[in-house]
Amino acid sequence: MRSLSNIFWLGTKELRSFFSDWVLLGFAIYSFSLAVISQAQSNSQELYHASIAVVDEDHSELSRRITHAFIMPLFKPPVLIAQSDIEHLMNDGQYTFVIDIPPNFQRDVLAGRQPGLQVNVDATAMVQAGLGSGDAQQIINTEIAQFISRNESTPLSPVNLAIRIAFNPNVTTAWFTSVMGIIGSINILAIILAGAALVRELEHGTMDHLMVMPVTPFEIAMSKIWANVSVIAVAVSLSLYLVVRMLLKIPITGSIPLFLSGTALYLFFATAVGLFLGTIARSMPQLGLLYMLVAVPMNVLSGSATPLESMPPWLATVMQASPSTHFVAFAQAILYRGAGLDVVWPQFLAIGGIGALFLALSLARFRSALRSASS
Amino acid sequence: MNGGDNLVAVIRNLSHRYGSVTALDDVSTEIPASRLVGLIGPDGVGKSSLLAILAGAREIQEGGVLVLDSDISSAAARALICPRIAYMPQGLGKNLYPDLSVMENIEFFARLFGQSREEREWRIRELLKSTGLAHFADRPAKKLSGGMRQKLGLCCSLIHDPDVLILDEPTTGVDPLSRRQFWDLIDRLRARRSGMSVVVATAYMEEAEHFDWLIAMNDGNILAVGAPSDLKQKTDTKSIEDAFVALLPQRKRSIAAKMNCLPPIGNAPPVIVASKLTCRFGDFTAVDRVSFTICHGEIFGFVGSNGSGKTTTMKMLTGLLPSTEGEALIFGERLEAGDLEARRRVGYMSQSFSLYSELTVRQNLTLHARLFHLPPKFAEERIAELVDKCDLAGYLDSLASTLPLGIRQRLSLAVAIVHRPDLLILDEPTSGVDPLARDQFWELLIDLSRNQGMTIFVSTHFMNEASRCDRLALMHEGRVLATDTPAELIKAKAAKNLEDAFISFLEQEKPGAVSPAILNQTQVAGLEHDQAACRPAQAAFFSFQRMFAYAIREGLELMRDPIRLMFALFGTTLLMVVFGLGISTDVNNLTFAVLDRDQTPESRAYLEELRGSTYFVEKPSLKDYADLERRLKDGSIDVSIEVPPNFGIDIKRGRPAWVSAWIDGAMPFRAETIRGYLQGMHQLYLADPVIKTTQPAVALPAEIEIRFKYNQDFDSIYAMVPSTIAMMLALFPAILMALAVVRERELGSITNLYVTPVTRLEFLFGKQLPYVVVALSNFVILFVMAVVLFQVPLKGSFLALLAGTIIFVFTTTGYGMLISSFCSTQIAALFGTAILTILPAQQFSGMMTPVSSLSGTAQIIGRCFPMSYFRPIAVGTFTKGLGFQDLWTSIAMLIAFIPILTLASLLLLRKQEK
Repeated sequence: MRSLSNIFWLGTKELRSFFSDWVLLGFAIYSFSLAVISQAQSNSQELYHASIAVVDEDHSELSRRITHAFIMPLFKPPVLIAQSDIEHLMNDGQYTFVIDIPPNFQRDVLAGRQPGLQVNVDATAMVQAGLGSGDAQQIINTEIAQFISRNESTPLSPVNLAIRIAFNPNVTTAWFTSVMGIIGSINILAIILAGAALVRELEHGTMDHLMVMPVTPFEIAMSKIWANVSVIAVAVSLSLYLVVRMLLKIPITGSIPLFLSGTALYLFFATAVGLFLGTIARSMPQLGLLYMLVAVPMNVLSGSATPLESMPPWLATVMQASPSTHFVAFAQAILYRGAGLDVVWPQFLAIGGIGALFLALSLARFRSALRSASS
Repeated sequence: MNGGDNLVAVIRNLSHRYGSVTALDDVSTEIPASRLVGLIGPDGVGKSSLLAILAGAREIQEGGVLVLDSDISSAAARALICPRIAYMPQGLGKNLYPDLSVMENIEFFARLFGQSREEREWRIRELLKSTGLAHFADRPAKKLSGGMRQKLGLCCSLIHDPDVLILDEPTTGVDPLSRRQFWDLIDRLRARRSGMSVVVATAYMEEAEHFDWLIAMNDGNILAVGAPSDLKQKTDTKSIEDAFVALLPQRKRSIAAKMNCLPPIGNAPPVIVASKLTCRFGDFTAVDRVSFTICHGEIFGFVGSNGSGKTTTMKMLTGLLPSTEGEALIFGERLEAGDLEARRRVGYMSQSFSLYSELTVRQNLTLHARLFHLPPKFAEERIAELVDKCDLAGYLDSLASTLPLGIRQRLSLAVAIVHRPDLLILDEPTSGVDPLARDQFWELLIDLSRNQGMTIFVSTHFMNEASRCDRLALMHEGRVLATDTPAELIKAKAAKNLEDAFISFLEQEKPGAVSPAILNQTQVAGLEHDQAACRPAQAAFFSFQRMFAYAIREGLELMRDPIRLMFALFGTTLLMVVFGLGISTDVNNLTFAVLDRDQTPESRAYLEELRGSTYFVEKPSLKDYADLERRLKDGSIDVSIEVPPNFGIDIKRGRPAWVSAWIDGAMPFRAETIRGYLQGMHQLYLADPVIKTTQPAVALPAEIEIRFKYNQDFDSIYAMVPSTIAMMLALFPAILMALAVVRERELGSITNLYVTPVTRLEFLFGKQLPYVVVALSNFVILFVMAVVLFQVPLKGSFLALLAGTIIFVFTTTGYGMLISSFCSTQIAALFGTAILTILPAQQFSGMMTPVSSLSGTAQIIGRCFPMSYFRPIAVGTFTKGLGFQDLWTSIAMLIAFIPILTLASLLLLRKQEK
């Protein structure tokens, strides 16, 4: 009881410090609003406005039809260029795709001679090259087929494949990038807030003061955890409801309360890691450096940018030890696939467990950290 | 007193404000030349602001100041006279660099003033000799004692032979012996160069007795000006301290509160017994076998300079630090770290007034009452009582950070005794507080001790405070020199006061620490050299020597902080491995499951195409729709393929047959890629002549050939590894640089930019150079890793890559420099740099998608980020096999960033403090 009251009152002090720091507040608001919006609207993970050029050596109706088949928003309007320019324009990275339609293409198609048509793809523009080459092939095929049959509808093949995308029928990337943006911001804020709250007390000497009072390190740590967790949890809820749902108009099928309780659990872990780093760092700059080495890989490799399946197996295994991976996994499961607690409980368990481990580690280091700070 | 009519400075109607606080209020005075002029007054009355303005470190807000007959509001005039002025800011060695050695610190300043190697060497030799620092030339500044640090600060100020020496509280916190030596040194210097003017601020009134001219200040106003004897005569007092108190207007003066100590009551039981307490940090012994006993109801004083071990001893007593050897008994028991009960009996007030500055007075008090679990009713009464006693009523709702020092100190005390402790431990409670407030504070302490029976253990470096204690322990370099009552201590050394007694104890400790005889010789030698010395050449627009002074300094500092250096060199290596392997756009190992409701050779033939693919991994077949839905939902499969009943029959009969696929759309990029794979496979299936459909395979009308240029296998590592190099070189140099500039600001050494001839451009470029070198060594490591570890060969021109890299690291360090030019704290700069580099580098600079295809703010951010122009160079030379002729536009764009970033930083960086 006594302990709970200490934790509560110390926590209110944390809240007061947070809200009296306007710069920090502004930073938090930015990272959950503008940063999320600009990531959601960037279209950086889809085929969008890809630059394309056409070398038309045929000048036939078919070649013109193919050229006009590439339309916004997937492709920018194609630009006609000369064959001799292909090399340097692609070297400059001006065009990701260059279609080379050879002379007499239409005549040869009609004669059934199966002429060749080349699509040059700049393979260093990874996302666009990967997604766009298939699309380009499809578009050209369809156009030729329609040209031959003089018919706007494509004839059915003997076997057809109907592909449907579950949970996100139009494959809108903003659905994904907006929530991943929030997760990124959580990672950045939670760790540094808790860590800085600790280092600040060490640097200002108020930690000495606390340590001579009848409060335990556990109470100090828990007060910082609950205060920071609640601030960020509120920020995340506001961001989800106001920015993602209202402003960006992204429908969320799953249970937001379930996601938020998972977030709170993740925040418990992240603030515990922050405290742990705070006990290692001797000063703010060192905390910042440590943070870069820990938080950036945790964020980038969590599966929010690159799917875990695409990483080398050993790395994917290592990342299983990082709660950020489980966080991304349950965020996708809950928010997009509408999964319930019956599906995501293993992730919840993993995050809680690893968080408790870090809390124990930072408590163990608390006293030695004090010692090094006062030396 | 020659040249008495000459003036070193004329101040007219000078006012200075910090927000709503007025530091200087319409001050006018004239400061005579060639004298030792003292500014006296408590903390926070505007002394430091005035000195900083005189030195040119602070911008003039209102009024006019002439220094050496030049109007220092003009930058040109400042540049002209600044080589003739030396300024030592407040705080022990604040403008020094703690990681640099004594020698390196002085060399740095010598370079700033453009001295040749020869001149520099004899000057340093002479200064070191005359200050007695010669033996410590290689010791880092942070390992010097307070007194030595002040001497080093003086050496650095004197290296260029200034005409005016401005010293802001040079002796605060220094032990009395060192203080005396310091003033001796100043006297000798003045004897040698009779024309030199010295302007000093001090909080020690005793020192002021020896000055030639005094300016007494209070509350941003000048109370009186004149020679010490005049001031004393005017106020009819004997000492400057009394004269100063007499000069104070309307404020109520303490009524004969000087010495009202009653002797402690009889033979009280001991409260603290320390025996042979020792504390070592590594090979440094902070406290060396300290023993003493403090009895109940006693006021026990700890006297000594900064760094003599007072604070460490107190921390051991409170259980904050474990003792290496020896033990301390408090209330007859050993204090255990986890002993919460004992803590309820002890109140502790640490050196830094450890209040929560973001809370109000009331909130501070209530928080502490709650942490000690005082019953609410009692807490209320107790707080009211303390507010009354400590005179805090007028400040209840002000933030602790806005309180004047004296009030903060009383609040600290109230907080420390809110739970009525039996023992009160105070660590330098009065440093930086004016004499009046100090008196009031001691009255409170004496009341607590005499009327409430509290045992008080207090440390101080003020001798007049020490004389109020019942008993004293004199501390020096971790050891107790003597313990006794003040009167006995004075008697033991037959001294006239406590200060002299302390000095004799110190001298007994290390006899002949400074021998004046040697100094007299060097004085003569110095005089000869002085005449030979020529004034440093007039400040050039850009001096490489000054730039290198900063570059060398920054480089040395980086070398001395192993953690930062390791991070700078190998942080990128680690992240390169992780990112090079981990960030990928190759989508493979995709999981699928089949719901084959046909189970005919035809359906199996169709699925065969999928099963043979290297992209997909098959999971156990689906039982029904519910199973399908569940497994898509929990993410155990990425795609499901359903073959409907009658698939085989439909094919045989020539009816169009349908296969349907459900793809998990939770990650859109992956879903799109899977769709592409499935479509490709479907086409292959259709074109496969082996398929036993009744219809002949349809020949495609044209053959579309996809040519992946530069990377035939379309393996993402060939694009990703060069891009990762670009990303690393965007993140790390920026973050290192961002810390570098703001660090000087936070630690105070930025003053050197304000008051020495170094220009902002030299400062910025000088700081940038070491990090450019670090970044280039990073590049070498990353390059070797790319070629050897990741086996990504360089196909194009190495020279083009190298040239691009050099320009690029200039832009990324410049980017960090820009951010740190407008941040005021290190953590803000780190934050800012992290948020302003990670997101653009990862998402908006072409790593995944060409910048031209981004939309909204993303494209704007991308275009303003240098990495967008370096990535084409890195990828171009590595994977596309390009050279200069293909890449010159990108290189030109990068070059354009340098002047823009530098100019922006120049505009944001001020040559004066506001």
